[in-house]
Amino acid sequence: MRSIVNVPKTARAGEVIEIKTMIAHPMETGYRTGTNGATIPRNIISRFVCTYDGEEVFSAELFPAIAANPLIAFTTVAVQTGTLTFAWTDDSGVTETTTAEITVI
Amino acid sequence: MRLWLRCCLVVYCLQLAAVVMATAEEMPPFEKRSGLEFVSPETRRLQEDDTSNPGMLWVLEGERLWREAVGPTGPACAGCHGEAAASMRGVAARYPLFDSASGRPLDLQGRINLCRSEHQGAPPLAFESQELLALTAFVAHQSRDLPVTAPNDERLSPFIENGRRLYRQRLGQVDLACADCHDERWGERLGGSLIPQAHPTGYPLYRLEWQTVGSLQRRIRNCMIGVRAEPFDFGAPELVELELFLMQRAAGMPIETPAVRP
Repeated sequence: MRSIVNVPKTARAGEVIEIKTMIAHPMETGYRTGTNGATIPRNIISRFVCTYDGEEVFSAELFPAIAANPLIAFTTVAVQTGTLTFAWTDDSGVTETTTAEITVI
Repeated sequence: MRLWLRCCLVVYCLQLAAVVMATAEEMPPFEKRSGLEFVSPETRRLQEDDTSNPGMLWVLEGERLWREAVGPTGPACAGCHGEAAASMRGVAARYPLFDSASGRPLDLQGRINLCRSEHQGAPPLAFESQELLALTAFVAHQSRDLPVTAPNDERLSPFIENGRRLYRQRLGQVDLACADCHDERWGERLGGSLIPQAHPTGYPLYRLEWQTVGSLQRRIRNCMIGVRAEPFDFGAPELVELELFLMQRAAGMPIETPAVRP
């Protein structure tokens, strides 16, 4: 899985910042049939979590109606200089993790 | 006197027919407009911001493949070409090119596969495979914002002409030519969708309908299925000739890869 996250490099303390995340994933619904007529097994990202220095600031449950390569944008408050960690977990149990640093001035 | 008048009338009618035929033959002059101008503001915003353009995921993957050694002996793309930002800049803007060995035009994905078999000792990548799309998107992305520059190569002329002929050829049960929609009726609607001018400046591009990146060949095949014609196979000479003609037709327009379309 490949992902792209966009976090502001710097922010003022208490500022609301927008974070954009995107990941390459087929988000296979489990409702489609392949060319051989057999059902393609479901494989979607079911959970997304963002933690800020270890504390969870945003999480989402995802469902089959969500498009492939989901783009998730959300806001949080910049409180301190630290690390944002993003984790996507799919049905096969694989978790893709990426991090971004933010400097609070 | 009556006879003379009749002769004049016949000559006049013939001239009129000639004028009508000429206009049907020549593409009506119009300002070239990218497909980006026909999409919704939301889709446009997706394309214009690299952190929300899903096509960038393929560019990212292509960059990884560019540096990865192929097979046990083959060099990586970067082994010969070095930094793509310098060596591949402007390349996609000139493709398809004439390939002397085969005596035929060659598109960018064809070149990548030829490079694999000739220099990397690796089997060609399948059409529409994630690897081929990623590598093509990565290479084409290096030419973003550069104008399409049709190569001035006399040897390409017969193939461009054939591409032009195919573009104007009525096809399928619906009996439509590419030109019927994309020259004559761009800006109007086909079903609920706006008809663009069919300038292939953003390929490989991300189509929301496909939920993935796809090639120009896939797009052309889609249109052929739409008019209920038997589509040409991936890699068919006809598809490359159509690509060639379309790129000539889009000369001067900036490359957008990876574009986002509905």
